[in-house]
Amino acid sequence: MNLTGLDTGGKSQGKALWAGQSGTARFWEGSGRQSVIRYAKPTTVDEALALLGEDRWRILAGGTDFYPAQGAKPFRDNILDINGLAELRGIEETDECWRIGARTTWTDIVRHKLPPAFDALKAAAREVGSVQIQNVASVAGNLCNASPAADGVPALLTLDADVELRSAPAIRHLPLDAFVLGNRRTALQPGEMVTAIRVPKRSAVGSSAFVKLGARRYLVISIAMAAARLVVENGVVAEAVIAVGSCSAVARRVAGVEAALRGRPINEALADAVMSAPMDELSPISDVRGSAEYRQDAAREIVARAVCAAIGLGESKVAA
Amino acid sequence: MSMVQPGMAQSGMERTDIAFEVNGASVSVSVPPVRRLSQVLRDELRLTGTKVGCDAGDCGACTVLVDGNPVCACLVPAASVTGASVTTVEGLANGRLSALQASFLEHGAAQCGICTPGLLVAATALLERNPTPSEAETQDALGGVLCRCTGYRKIVAAVMQASRHMNGIDLRLPEMGHAVGASPIRLDGVPKVTGDEKFGGDSFPTDALSVLVVRSPHYHAGFSFGDLDAWIKAHPGIAGIFTAADIPGKNCFGVIGPFADQPALAEGVVRLRGEAVALVAGEREAILDLDLTDFPIAWTELPHLLQPREAKADGAALIHSHRPANLLTSGYVERGDPERALAAAAVTVSGVIETSFVEHAYIEPEAGYAYMEGDTLVVVACTQAPYMDRDDTAKVLGLAVDKVRIVPTATGGGFGSKLDVSLQPLIGLVAMKTGRPAALAYTRNESMMSTTKRHPAEMKATIGADAEGHITGMVFEGDFNTGAYASWGPTVANRVPVHASGPYLTPNYRATGYAIHTNGPIAGAFRGFGVPQATIMQETLYDELAGKLGMDRLDFRLKNCLRDGCATVTGQRLESGVGIGECLEQLQPHWTRALADAEAFNTASTASKRGVGVASCWYGCGNTSLPNPSTIKVGISVSGDVVLHQGAVDIGQGSNTVITQICADALGLPLDKFKLKSADTAITPDAGKTSASRQTFVTGKAAEKAGRALREKILRFANVSEQATIALDGANLSIREGDAARRIDLSELKVDADGMVFVAEETYDPPTLPLDAKGQGKPYAVYGYGAQIAELEVDLKLGTVKLIKITAAHDVGRAINPVLVEGQIEGGIAQGIGMALMEEYIPGRTENLHDYLIPTIGDVPPVEHILVEVPDTEGPFGAKGLGEHVLIPTAPAILNAIRHATGVLVTKVPATPSRILAAIREKEARR
Repeated sequence: MNLTGLDTGGKSQGKALWAGQSGTARFWEGSGRQSVIRYAKPTTVDEALALLGEDRWRILAGGTDFYPAQGAKPFRDNILDINGLAELRGIEETDECWRIGARTTWTDIVRHKLPPAFDALKAAAREVGSVQIQNVASVAGNLCNASPAADGVPALLTLDADVELRSAPAIRHLPLDAFVLGNRRTALQPGEMVTAIRVPKRSAVGSSAFVKLGARRYLVISIAMAAARLVVENGVVAEAVIAVGSCSAVARRVAGVEAALRGRPINEALADAVMSAPMDELSPISDVRGSAEYRQDAAREIVARAVCAAIGLGESKVAA
Repeated sequence: MSMVQPGMAQSGMERTDIAFEVNGASVSVSVPPVRRLSQVLRDELRLTGTKVGCDAGDCGACTVLVDGNPVCACLVPAASVTGASVTTVEGLANGRLSALQASFLEHGAAQCGICTPGLLVAATALLERNPTPSEAETQDALGGVLCRCTGYRKIVAAVMQASRHMNGIDLRLPEMGHAVGASPIRLDGVPKVTGDEKFGGDSFPTDALSVLVVRSPHYHAGFSFGDLDAWIKAHPGIAGIFTAADIPGKNCFGVIGPFADQPALAEGVVRLRGEAVALVAGEREAILDLDLTDFPIAWTELPHLLQPREAKADGAALIHSHRPANLLTSGYVERGDPERALAAAAVTVSGVIETSFVEHAYIEPEAGYAYMEGDTLVVVACTQAPYMDRDDTAKVLGLAVDKVRIVPTATGGGFGSKLDVSLQPLIGLVAMKTGRPAALAYTRNESMMSTTKRHPAEMKATIGADAEGHITGMVFEGDFNTGAYASWGPTVANRVPVHASGPYLTPNYRATGYAIHTNGPIAGAFRGFGVPQATIMQETLYDELAGKLGMDRLDFRLKNCLRDGCATVTGQRLESGVGIGECLEQLQPHWTRALADAEAFNTASTASKRGVGVASCWYGCGNTSLPNPSTIKVGISVSGDVVLHQGAVDIGQGSNTVITQICADALGLPLDKFKLKSADTAITPDAGKTSASRQTFVTGKAAEKAGRALREKILRFANVSEQATIALDGANLSIREGDAARRIDLSELKVDADGMVFVAEETYDPPTLPLDAKGQGKPYAVYGYGAQIAELEVDLKLGTVKLIKITAAHDVGRAINPVLVEGQIEGGIAQGIGMALMEEYIPGRTENLHDYLIPTIGDVPPVEHILVEVPDTEGPFGAKGLGEHVLIPTAPAILNAIRHATGVLVTKVPATPSRILAAIREKEARR
């Protein structure tokens, strides 16, 4: 989850909650130090928000980014363990939207019955790390970690997802592209936490696919990835929503490609349309996984494949 | 040294009581709520079957079930298992081995065993809901667990067929006299599947001091310490800080005496990122809560050299002042007149190949503990070379060698890197100085930063052939980036020129290998000592030559391969046992079939193309022209066991089993009578290091000799002839010759201090001759041979490679244990795949197992093995070495197959999708 910063120097003995012991103060005190390190595991969102309002915390959810970031270093942040918040786990269908609770895991996504528009998200879910990771890592954590290679972001972009942010006094919703601001940077404010991801019903239509390009089959950070959602009416593309990840600081929609596909008949020529469409949104870097030029080329190719796969043409599996 | 009195430690964090169930039993622990579950299981509950390989979810070794679902225990806060049910590997056997555990053993799916618990737990969850999974389902379920030994194929088979192993386990114990050639289940196998096996980090004493190593964040820097005493005072629970100033002996170690140059703790200057400069020892909880960011050390960064071409340039700063041009050493072999031969050749080809640092990536990071036993320092740690550890540790710590005892634990993979000492002198120093046990397990990050790598190579070569397709000459030159310290750099520089011809008759030849210092990671021993790199150079040029000659690539190799009676490039005449021809011949039908398959596929496919590649290997077993003895001691105990002092460290490859099989048949007693003693330097003679594919050959030969000698003693005692048979029946030895039988009550015999009534000890040292100034001589007594075909598909738009099949023919002389041979082949191929397609260690950038990629269970295709047995007159029962050979052909076969598919040769490995596509684009642009 996102690092919310560390400033424990002046604080002392704030109240914290331990699961099942609501109201009982618990805290850690670093021996020989001035600072106090707090740990809390609230059982209701309101309790969690109250805590967030009174101190700086690092939020612990699935732990799959939290512990690797920690490495062998000792803990020095206040830790708000949200694994006691049962109300934040699960997928709910309302009149307006599909609501994915912040603690919903990738395995939950895979196992939940969802419309075909979510197929890309389900495919991405199966590519997050390994089964062991998918069983505990949360969708919201993937967003808060804000890695350029976050597997969940492209598919959620194609679903026009927004992020529900709550603090003790307020609730606000940000479109996903306004929430993830850059490499390891989000719009999360002090005192806030992500409580849900919402997919509007009007966007949960059509069919979708996800293509991940990596240098090995499992447990791999993407070189590039693409998600595509297409709505077909009368044999023609009525709507195309396409996003590419790992090719810019934040996964991006590729509007030129989307526009080029709209109104076209459903056939293999869609791939050609992708190949000749403008795709200026990407700004890939060269790194150990691949060169910038390679990413630019490969991104276009996997977009074409995702588009074809979304309408049932071709495969969506491109691990080396 | 700065020290305070022990016993003042306090935990820096408040603990809480957490109650849950482990393997059906209720437990309660008192730990900080965010303590990793892996630590709780291992440190609090002493359930050390759950392994820690990375602490980041990258390796899956710590996989446990929480309420039936597999998770990485290293990523689970203790608080999250409150009230939950946790299953670890220790909970899988219920009175007897589970069907899956039995299947793992019977398939040979566990080698070193460090990843085995994670795999078993993950597979148990799969089998629970799907008892007969498909291959794809198995791979999907196990994709999150890395294995570096097996190549995964036997794991997949063991899981898919687990449901057939419901009736216990068949140990496949061979009849007396038929151990060699049989495939009994590895004798050390059961603890590997139950979680009982103790690796380096699994048996730390509870009262041990924890040790942290302060390491350099810079490639090259000067440093000085601030007020260490004040820092200790500010950090309760710290017992002391130790620096180079505290080292009582010679602060300079190295695996090859004359080249030794590495300090255990740096003295004022560091030459590589990750170099150790100080040790902090303290109580476990205090060390866990210790933040080193305010450690009082001041760094002065200095300019650094990372590329050999910079390091050898005129005027480059010297990394070691006594080594001009940063040249550690070079190796040279010359035969005939290569320039003249190339000038006269009908066709010649030239090329360059560049390779990368490759990390060993064993799943067990270095770990161990040390303590004083009287005036003897005892080091209990994972290793490949206990006697070398003993000697270097004694030297650094100023102790007599008999005052250092190395007790090897099970070793969770080594592949060459655990030949060098790592933490032994460090924990030894702390134990000596404090008088308390001292324990240390490297983090994945420090293991990767500070231990050795495969040498990156920049090679160029030219090879010529006559119009009939006979090789007439070759010149080869390679710079090998040996990093900051010598390690095995000299061995690489020497081995490469001897082997760079491949197993082919090359009458005119010149090869030079240079080991060049940089401020990069220390490059040392890694499965093949530079030969895998050189073979890429030679075998890719062979394909080009065959193309120019219009010859089939396999036929071309068959035409040129060494045969009995040929002389090698060092002028060594190989009288017999040369099996490369038979390996290549055995591949012929597969080659024909694979080429036809590829052609058929390519006719129908434009987006992706198939390719087929072949490459060979040869490899001399044991040290190059140096003494290389092994000693084996075996005896009959008064209680009627055969006690074998098995000093050939088993790092997963199977020496515990293979050496015993050899000894059993030489002695004439069955395997089940054997009790093994480990390679503990206090009790077992030196069987040399586990490297250079020497254990089956050299130690095996010593075991054969010792077995025969023991048999002789018994027969002489009983006054019977060589024709007699012997048998152990309780504490009686019965001897039969024809109709005559005799029974010896062992309790009536004279017993030695070790409880033995008959003992034999034999040494074997392979007969080699030195190489002269032109590299001519007899560097090895035995060579092993092999050849592999790679079939693959290249996605022409993305540059990705999908491996379809590897067919591997290896001449092992005699397969002592065919299942273990197959395991070596598959594991070597997996590492070859990694080297060819994905492995590139970049210091400062890929010091973890998610940026540094090794093959997963989905990356190794089916492997067909063909065991060729052309006996060697020198090896035990005709056996040759195998461990390194199996890796060598894979990468060049893959590169040749990629070229076959695409028309382009990728000249830098790994051939990542990015590099392959760039090569394809470049070729298109040239059109």
